Amino acid sequence: MGLFTSSIARKVTMSLSGLFLVIFLAQHLVINSASVFSPETFNSWSHFMGTNGLVQFVMQPILIIGVLLHFIMGFILESQNRKARPIKYGVFKGNNNSSWVSRNMILSGIVILVFLAVHMYDFFFPEIAYKYVSMGPEDPTRYYAETVGKFADPIRTFGYVLAFVLLGMHLWHGFSSAFQSIGFNNKYSRALQGFTKFYAVVVPLGFIFIALYHFLNQ
Amino acid sequence: MKLTLKIWRQKNGQTKGAFQTYSLDNVSGDMSFLEMLDVLNEDLINNNEEPVVFDHDCREGICGACSLQINGEPHGPDALITTCQLHMRSFNDGDTITIEPFRAAAFPVIKDLMVDRSAFERIQQAGGYISVNTSGNTIDANTIPVDKASADAAFDAATCIGCGACVAACKNASAMLFTSAKVSQFSLLPQGKVEATQRVLNMVEQMDKEGFGNCTNTGACEAECPKGISLEFIARMNREYLKASIKG
Ligand code: HEM
Ligand code: SF4
Ligand code: FES
Repeated sequence: MGLFTSSIARKVTMSLSGLFLVIFLAQHLVINSASVFSPETFNSWSHFMGTNGLVQFVMQPILIIGVLLHFIMGFILESQNRKARPIKYGVFKGNNNSSWVSRNMILSGIVILVFLAVHMYDFFFPEIAYKYVSMGPEDPTRYYAETVGKFADPIRTFGYVLAFVLLGMHLWHGFSSAFQSIGFNNKYSRALQGFTKFYAVVVPLGFIFIALYHFLNQ
Repeated sequence: MKLTLKIWRQKNGQTKGAFQTYSLDNVSGDMSFLEMLDVLNEDLINNNEEPVVFDHDCREGICGACSLQINGEPHGPDALITTCQLHMRSFNDGDTITIEPFRAAAFPVIKDLMVDRSAFERIQQAGGYISVNTSGNTIDANTIPVDKASADAAFDAATCIGCGACVAACKNASAMLFTSAKVSQFSLLPQGKVEATQRVLNMVEQMDKEGFGNCTNTGACEAECPKGISLEFIARMNREYLKASIKG
């Protein structure tokens, strides 16, 4: 039972759900990037994702469970960690022994969570309502305009960019940390860490580029 | 040199503490940090004041007792040493030095700067042993061959002195570095393999019971550890723990 209740088990949950989200994020970026070079491709990929049974009824629920597990466990860990030091230090020089991002995963996490809430409100709930509640007609060409339209608002676009900067920071520490959590630390770790840092910079930048591209092109 | 010391004073575990400021003249750079506190205490005793209680024993970096948080870092600013190995030449004339006890729910303050680190002992008792019959017919340890890499790694883990700096430095007050060192020093050797499964499960369970926080891999423990215990031991323990939980 220790596997589900111990501190290490909770870390492993964080790690596996985080790694799963990392894979999802890469796939999401690939689809989004289609919106830059070809509206038709973007529409057809989006239509596939939105109507394919496997994606809708197997992968989507897994993703939702993954996100829920990740951030609920994140809050549980954070609250336990706070309790583990009830009296704070008068002077604490954290920067001398660890990075700011690694000590503030909950902060970057909360910003991502707020972003996700807006993201659900913008895309996911209207999508679900359109498809499964109001039973809107199937229109495989509607996605591009719907998506690009969201980036007309400068405040929304700014919030989007900010969220992805924070996501990059989250992953700068989190992606490589996830391997340590599941016990993967060996001669390949240095190379792997290089890759995780590359991912943490390039993938969020990709999302930011796409958002700014649509913002500036309307 | 002349120093201003901001020292945490607390009567006992039940009362609240607070910082008090003292000034100290004629501190020599050749004094160790603890000798500097000895001088302060002599002054306090001469003035009929309560001396500052702090933990110490060997004063040569091997017992791990001298648990002080100095200017926001366990054992002060220098790397790979304990407080008793810290010299006053690491500070400058006119400096203000803040001295606090290690802070963790699992390390309650006994008095002033002295904390109760017996949680570490209970983690050790939960599995930090091997079952060898020592009743007179003990076989020579060298009759069991051990490969050099494992022996070296086990020795590295065994250099942990249980000082608690890892807990003090960690933003989560996590004891993963200590526990992983104590798990690994046995499990890397053939004599320790026999009880390996139960050991890691029991020691982690005890660690959690004591109220230490969860590891978030910030690496602060490794950076502050006076013995340079590596984060690799934490990964190794996580691995062992997963294997052991699946085996049951
Ligand atoms: C929904 C809001 C989110 C919150 C509140 C959140 C919170 C956290 C927290 C507090 C941690 C540190 C926990 C620990 O190290 O024990 C963490 C780790 C991590 N997060 Fe997130 N996160 C969120 C979203 C994401 C997303 C979208 C991704 C990936 C695309 C992600 C990937 C990771 C990874 C890989 C780790 C490292 C796990 C480990 O160290 O084992 N997180 N998250
Ligand atoms: S791991 Fe290092 S810092 Fe932690 S108790 Fe052992 S010697 Fe001290
Ligand atoms: S007094 Fe023993 S290590 Fe410092």
